[in-house]
Amino acid sequence: MATSTTNALVGEEPAGPSPKPGTGRSGQRRSALLHRLDLKGAPYAFVAPFFVVFAAFSFYPLIYTAWISLHGVELATLDVMQWVALDNYVDLVNDSRFWNALRNTITIGVISTVPQLLMALGLAHLLNYRMRASLFFRVASLVPYATSVGAAALVFTMLFERDFGMINWALGVVGIDPLDWEADKWPAQAAISTIVIWRWTGYNALLYLAAMQAIPAERYEAASLDGASRWKQFTHVTIPGIRSTVVFTIVLSTIGATQLFGEPLIFGQGPNGVTGGADNQYQTLGLLLYEEGWKNYQMGRAATVAWAMFLLLVLVFAAQRLIRRLRPRTP
Amino acid sequence: MTVNSLPVRTEIPVRTDTETPPRRSRRLLRPGAGRQHHAGPLAYVLLAVMAILSIFPLYWTMVAASTDNTRVSQSPPPFLPGPNLFSNLARAWDEAAMGKAMINSTIVAGVIALSTVMFATLAGFAFAKLRFKGRNILLMLVIGTMMVPPQLGVVPLFMMMSELGLAQQLPAVIFPTLVSAVGVFFMRQYLSEALPDELVEAGRVDGAHSLRIFWSIVLPVARPAMAVLFMITFVHAWNDFFWPFVVLDMTNPTVPVALTQLSAGYVRDQSLIMAGALLGTLPLLAMFIVFGRQIVSGIMAGAVKG
Repeated sequence: MATSTTNALVGEEPAGPSPKPGTGRSGQRRSALLHRLDLKGAPYAFVAPFFVVFAAFSFYPLIYTAWISLHGVELATLDVMQWVALDNYVDLVNDSRFWNALRNTITIGVISTVPQLLMALGLAHLLNYRMRASLFFRVASLVPYATSVGAAALVFTMLFERDFGMINWALGVVGIDPLDWEADKWPAQAAISTIVIWRWTGYNALLYLAAMQAIPAERYEAASLDGASRWKQFTHVTIPGIRSTVVFTIVLSTIGATQLFGEPLIFGQGPNGVTGGADNQYQTLGLLLYEEGWKNYQMGRAATVAWAMFLLLVLVFAAQRLIRRLRPRTP
Repeated sequence: MTVNSLPVRTEIPVRTDTETPPRRSRRLLRPGAGRQHHAGPLAYVLLAVMAILSIFPLYWTMVAASTDNTRVSQSPPPFLPGPNLFSNLARAWDEAAMGKAMINSTIVAGVIALSTVMFATLAGFAFAKLRFKGRNILLMLVIGTMMVPPQLGVVPLFMMMSELGLAQQLPAVIFPTLVSAVGVFFMRQYLSEALPDELVEAGRVDGAHSLRIFWSIVLPVARPAMAVLFMITFVHAWNDFFWPFVVLDMTNPTVPVALTQLSAGYVRDQSLIMAGALLGTLPLLAMFIVFGRQIVSGIMAGAVKG
């Protein structure tokens, strides 16, 4: 509708900013043509850079990964690709390191994501109060988000240090024996999850807070007229009100969890980093991908791990959808 | 974890109503419409605990970076800063390759943030205010791409960069992130609310072509959102880890890559390691201290509502 209006307007007044004012009717026609070209073409030109970058550096590599995973490729001779059909996949499912990394990715994913989102929910609830220094608390909760994986993992590695780390010292104060946070499987996975939780809780809390503030106040008024307690209001008004944000953060955290790499790598302090500990006790799929490609020089196998990660993601989302559909809807 | 970025509105409202006046506020922070009880003492206590938990690891980084190796490696660990902060920072700059890494990261994050802001504003303007065939489908496609973790394409990407002779070079890190779906969507959301249709129409009536309208009408309106997007993109680019770690090496690292070197046992001095970690975080911390309000409101403005 608006397009036709502008076109009509242009028909009357075509000689605006055209570089050459034009001579008579042919100039008019040319600038009208240019104008129509601009109207039709400019939007595509404006959105094109995104799609070009995405196609070249995300979509094409993702698809090409599948092709590479059917080949043997060595890091030193990247242009030599030897067709091996599904051999890489057969090797992968027979490789205990793969199943170990898959289990670790899932367990670390669960013990980092679930507490993180629950704590974010509580924090958002607190931040939603009318209070003094609210900006300070919001910025403070976002400070970990400004810290890079590298710095965060280094600091927590020190805090979790076995002999002189602050956390074992604090445990000692309350009479708990020190733990070996690196060498033992579950403490190591808990420590790595702590880094993830620390970095992302405040960020998620701000997303929840934004959604909470968009809930109309009348809903709370109606609920309190019905005699609903604060807790009832939280579960019956707040939670349903921020549902889509919750789903969104679950999706993002799940993607993040399947890709986990930097935290375990740096937590492993050097030689144990890529293998995820001396016994692979915290090797994730991301680390396995890197180990296959850049430590064992097998790019074909690395591509296979990448596709396995992709499949895992697809499966997790399919499962989430299924659960959501099976769950009875509350009125 | 580059995926953990700005959030998306799950269902995109395409504005059809013309009656509602467009919002022209220059601030991104919306006034809270939700419940606003006053915080009780318990809420303050809990929030204070949270703030301490958030800040303490960074405070302790500073403490450890200001003592020396023997003091850090004792139990109980130090709680108060020592005298060596500046000498340790200077050593980290020189000895631990942090100086070069800081310069590299500034270049990488600066270029990525600039180009993301520019391309995202262009595309966001097109999606918000221009009419063209396939607009909604293309916008859905933009959002869909957020679900593709960039880490999965890393093998071919590495092969591509090696072939182009860009391995170990900064452009290898810059090119793949020249513009982000999150940025496009963020600018689209902002401009569809903040830029009145009438302004664009008026530009057309004056005979301005699209790029001219973008330059003289859209950019001034978009400026506050562009500033926020710049900062958030800068933070992400500065902290991006996996791909730079794969494609760069220690001769030419970004900050997170150089930090892995610190952890890898080549540097035995714990207070030096902490000084490196602190140094690599300082620019972002400074940004958060100065522009905290804008960054917080930017993240909240991009959030899913309802």
